[in-house]
Amino acid sequence: MAQPYIKLTNICKKFGTVQANKNVCLEVDKGEILALLGENGSGKSTLVNMLSGIYTPDSGRIEIAGKGVVFHSPKDAIKAGIGMIHQHFKLVDVLTAAENIVIGQEKSVFVNRKKTAERIKALSDKFGISIDPDKKIYNMSVSEKQTVEIMKILYRGADVLILDEPTAVLTPQEIKGLFAILREMKAQGCCIIIITHKLAEVMEISDRVTVLRKGESITTAVTKDSTPQQLTEMMVGSAVSLDIECPKEKLSEKPVLSVDGLIKRSPDGVPVLNGMTFDVYGGEILGVAGIAGSGQKELCEIVAGLMKADGGSVKFEGKEILGLSPREILRHGVSMSFIPEDRLGMGLVAGMSVMNNVILKSYNRNPGPFLDRKFAKTLAEQIVRDFDISTPSVYHEVKKLSGGNIQKVLLGREIWLSPRVLITAYPVRGLDIGASYNIYHVLNEQKKKGVAVLFIGEDLDVLKSISDRLMVIHDGAVVDIADPGSVTKEDIGMMMLGHKPGEEADRAV
Amino acid sequence: MDFLNGFGLFLQTSIQCGTNILFAIVGGIICEKVGNTNLGIEGMMLMGASVGFMTACLTANPLLAVLFAGVAGLVGALIYAFITITLRGNQVVTGLVLTIFGTGVAGFIGNMQMSEGVTFSSQTVPTEVKSAFAAYEIPGLCEIPVIGKALFSQSIYVQLAIVVAVLAYFYMKKTRFGLNMRAVGENPGAADASGINVALYKYVHVLAGGFLCGIGGAYSSIASLSQWQENVTAGAGWIAVALVIFSTWNPLKAIMAAYLFGMLRGLKYEMQGWGVQISPQLIEMVPYIATIVVLIIITIRKKRENQPPKALGDPYFREER
Amino acid sequence: MSIADRIHITKRAGSSGWQSVLTRVLAIVAALVASGLIMLIMGYDPLEIYGRIITSSVTSARKLRETLNKTILLTVLSLGISVAFRMKFWNIGAEGQFYMGAFGAALVAFGFPELHPAVLLPLMGLSALVFGGIWAIIPALIKLKFSTSETLVTLMMNYLAIAFIAYLESGPWKDPKGLGVAKIAMFPDNASMPEVLGVHAGWIITLVLVVVMTVMMKYSKFGYQVDVLGESETTARYAGMNTVKVTLIAVAISGGLCGLGGYMQASAIEHSITSQLSGGLGFTAVITAWLAKLKPPVIVAVSFVFAMLLKSEVSLQALNMPSAITGIIQGVIIFFVLGSEFFVNYRISFRKAEKEG
Repeated sequence: MAQPYIKLTNICKKFGTVQANKNVCLEVDKGEILALLGENGSGKSTLVNMLSGIYTPDSGRIEIAGKGVVFHSPKDAIKAGIGMIHQHFKLVDVLTAAENIVIGQEKSVFVNRKKTAERIKALSDKFGISIDPDKKIYNMSVSEKQTVEIMKILYRGADVLILDEPTAVLTPQEIKGLFAILREMKAQGCCIIIITHKLAEVMEISDRVTVLRKGESITTAVTKDSTPQQLTEMMVGSAVSLDIECPKEKLSEKPVLSVDGLIKRSPDGVPVLNGMTFDVYGGEILGVAGIAGSGQKELCEIVAGLMKADGGSVKFEGKEILGLSPREILRHGVSMSFIPEDRLGMGLVAGMSVMNNVILKSYNRNPGPFLDRKFAKTLAEQIVRDFDISTPSVYHEVKKLSGGNIQKVLLGREIWLSPRVLITAYPVRGLDIGASYNIYHVLNEQKKKGVAVLFIGEDLDVLKSISDRLMVIHDGAVVDIADPGSVTKEDIGMMMLGHKPGEEADRAV
Repeated sequence: MDFLNGFGLFLQTSIQCGTNILFAIVGGIICEKVGNTNLGIEGMMLMGASVGFMTACLTANPLLAVLFAGVAGLVGALIYAFITITLRGNQVVTGLVLTIFGTGVAGFIGNMQMSEGVTFSSQTVPTEVKSAFAAYEIPGLCEIPVIGKALFSQSIYVQLAIVVAVLAYFYMKKTRFGLNMRAVGENPGAADASGINVALYKYVHVLAGGFLCGIGGAYSSIASLSQWQENVTAGAGWIAVALVIFSTWNPLKAIMAAYLFGMLRGLKYEMQGWGVQISPQLIEMVPYIATIVVLIIITIRKKRENQPPKALGDPYFREER
Repeated sequence: MSIADRIHITKRAGSSGWQSVLTRVLAIVAALVASGLIMLIMGYDPLEIYGRIITSSVTSARKLRETLNKTILLTVLSLGISVAFRMKFWNIGAEGQFYMGAFGAALVAFGFPELHPAVLLPLMGLSALVFGGIWAIIPALIKLKFSTSETLVTLMMNYLAIAFIAYLESGPWKDPKGLGVAKIAMFPDNASMPEVLGVHAGWIITLVLVVVMTVMMKYSKFGYQVDVLGESETTARYAGMNTVKVTLIAVAISGGLCGLGGYMQASAIEHSITSQLSGGLGFTAVITAWLAKLKPPVIVAVSFVFAMLLKSEVSLQALNMPSAITGIIQGVIIFFVLGSEFFVNYRISFRKAEKEG
């Protein structure tokens, strides 16, 4: 390739203290589909957002057809022929498909419905897309909305299409349809970047694949010359031996937390939990691996009482707690702690001080109408000391702390409550190595105390090292509970795609 | 026949009573459709009323008077727009302040001296302006029973309000600018991603809304009353805030809302004539109760087209994470 | 690349206390300069007008008393508003809650005119609290039940309350001795709030309220719950709080305090109720509460400044000066302070132009 159509060189972007992209390089040519592969938080979305003008890079160079460009807004990117389909669709609900397609586009004063409809029809025929231009977006299924997004881009005559995790929300049939469209576009000379962490799809649709890990571009490979195993290894990092201890403790006789046949449907009626069943015993860490959106969030929030389930049961030491609100759970004497994925939006009060955050669940311990400020200050100082939180004072707002310290405040508060069950969702997301090890250590300490720990993670090496048992989920159900010592990462990867162990590997790919 | 004539006259007055509000409602709709709640309508109307009146007294030029009234409203809207759009300030508080500011400006102008010892507040509108905005009859059309008088024996100012509302409707529904504007109010993120300049759209429409509010205010001072009165709008701006919702952000329904309100006002006087004993103050409550009921109904029915613009009240910041 | 392209705006992670105070002080200074310029253009001497504003509001016992009367009312209303605002319940219905409170007080005053003031006055206050509270709870219930925006409903309910008082004035409560003028009879003597140290006793209630509200918001469990709920409803539910109960109580307190303002104004100043009783201060209080960042002690200070501006309106007029200028000054000051928030919350940086090609 002499001069690729799109060339990104040494792109860097920082959000606060988080280095989202570091010296990322990427090349795509016309008539080519490039897959951008990486785990959650590896910086894929940030990168393409810069290519589509949503964010501006801190440094680095973007070239299109050999010419350097600087995008200040999505408008600039659109002018350069780049169209992006965001993970969360950028559509206006109350407008029709046709209206959404033409917003920001028409040059004439009046919206010419007939002409628009004709052009949409022509494009539909050309690329084999079916779309009802007069249907309102709020009446559409997810896949229809995605089709509108694609049409929006084609309508603008864009020749570069970026799709951010387009298949995450689609059924297999819909994915097939999408891929057919993408192949057609490729044949017409479009340049396509598709973000995904589903290996099977990478293998099926892409010509080349660029792997991102922890904000850096690791490598670019020709898809047909690579195997899923190689790609997995590049995505998750070469078989690094993580030095995370996993002490064996005596398990409780009976499970502390039993989840049985949990069912949950999304507001659109799509099942997100499909009879999930498992037990957690005191003195163990049960790791949970799965593709994002396999039901992790719903599982946590239902168990914590924040979301209603459509069926099943959740028992704490034999007592049914499903359907209770967090307040009732507390009142029933259930000592359960939940470290949510959304730390500042759910677990902590972003604009409040460390002190006011550590008493969030214990402010009501003393009788009378007043807060026990002395207790609050002592507790805050104790947690800051015990967890080595670096903060100017306990009166400092938590949102001004670094990610690792924010997580330690949250974890410190919950652990101080001496829970019997500790549910943690992505507890090390966004933290650096040192901070992560701190968290692993804290979780192990809890395990030693006989706490039942549920660890929902994304880094397979970590999950393998820290878990006593490793549960793999797919589509809201448990695929298998494996022994983390003997299972390979590739097997876990297959299971995350819904293939039971023992099945032929190549069928998965 | 006598009754029909009477009713025609009643309609004629009702429409006059609803005219200043119709301008304001349409202005309010345009502003809210790009996602900005503007509680400063009353202030912008007062600015328009006072500046329009002053211009009328000084120039005796009806066109200039209306134009400057609109510009005064626009200037008020510009302050509001700068604070809420560029500086992302709180829309509710800024709107309230705009009303206080506008009331101040109006009072100030009313007390300003036109010439030695003569304040504007003691003036009446020059005859040139008065006659320009007097009711005139369109021959033929005004003979139509009932609605003839109501629509075709009116001041041109009254007819302008209807034209503005209809144009606003077509602008919103039929033009690409209207489409883009609705996208901005519903989902600025989507609009931005589609290449729409969100800030520019917000500015233009907030300013246009202010312009209309200014013209609406001036209707009271130069066409309807033709003399200066402290607080000449008499809370019409607040009723407009209510009726923006009542008309579910639709300029055509705004015509209906404004004139229904005008009828209510007219009814107060009519009923005294009929000997009906209903307190006029109780009738004054009707638009507000109706608005609360409409608000509740639209939130219960969840009909998407009737909902407030989704991003109403939220400042837009692209790099929000 | 144009200049606008080079400006890059990012959200601040946070700013220190003195920085935000300094920004606001600068904003006020800039506002005074700006409105001074307006006056100059209009042909007035700004220094003279600023001087008049001060001399006409605080330089004699009578002037000071009138300024304090307004300060008291603004403070009570702002305190009420701030409780709801802390919870991000946008109660702009202070005006209506004020009138319903005044109505509640009047009901008691006219109902039991023979009661001893020591019994009657507290009863009136209690009634005002209840009526103001109920008037605020209605939009809260509507919000909880239908998720209808409280901003608009509270706004509408202001005008309902005012129309209701106007209705009483000209209808059922019309004073037969009013010689045909539509007004409500004077309160019985027992229902008039006494003066303490030359200012009506409302100042004592107000000071107590400032202390109580400060303590409540800062040191009580309830204040803590309100703050958490205001920051994030999800977190409040996660922490096991009863969000419905907290919302209703906070809104009831908010409306109740505004109602109390109505009671004080009716009992101590007007000795009756009229449909102009508030003078629009229910709206001004939204602004003072916001400018004071919802902090009770600051509310007192901001209310005093606004009371000075309001008081001087009358005296400027008497001196043949443009009284409405105070409205303009108010507006300009607040515009500047509101605008200055931006510089507290966002950081502006300028990029260097990048060479293209």
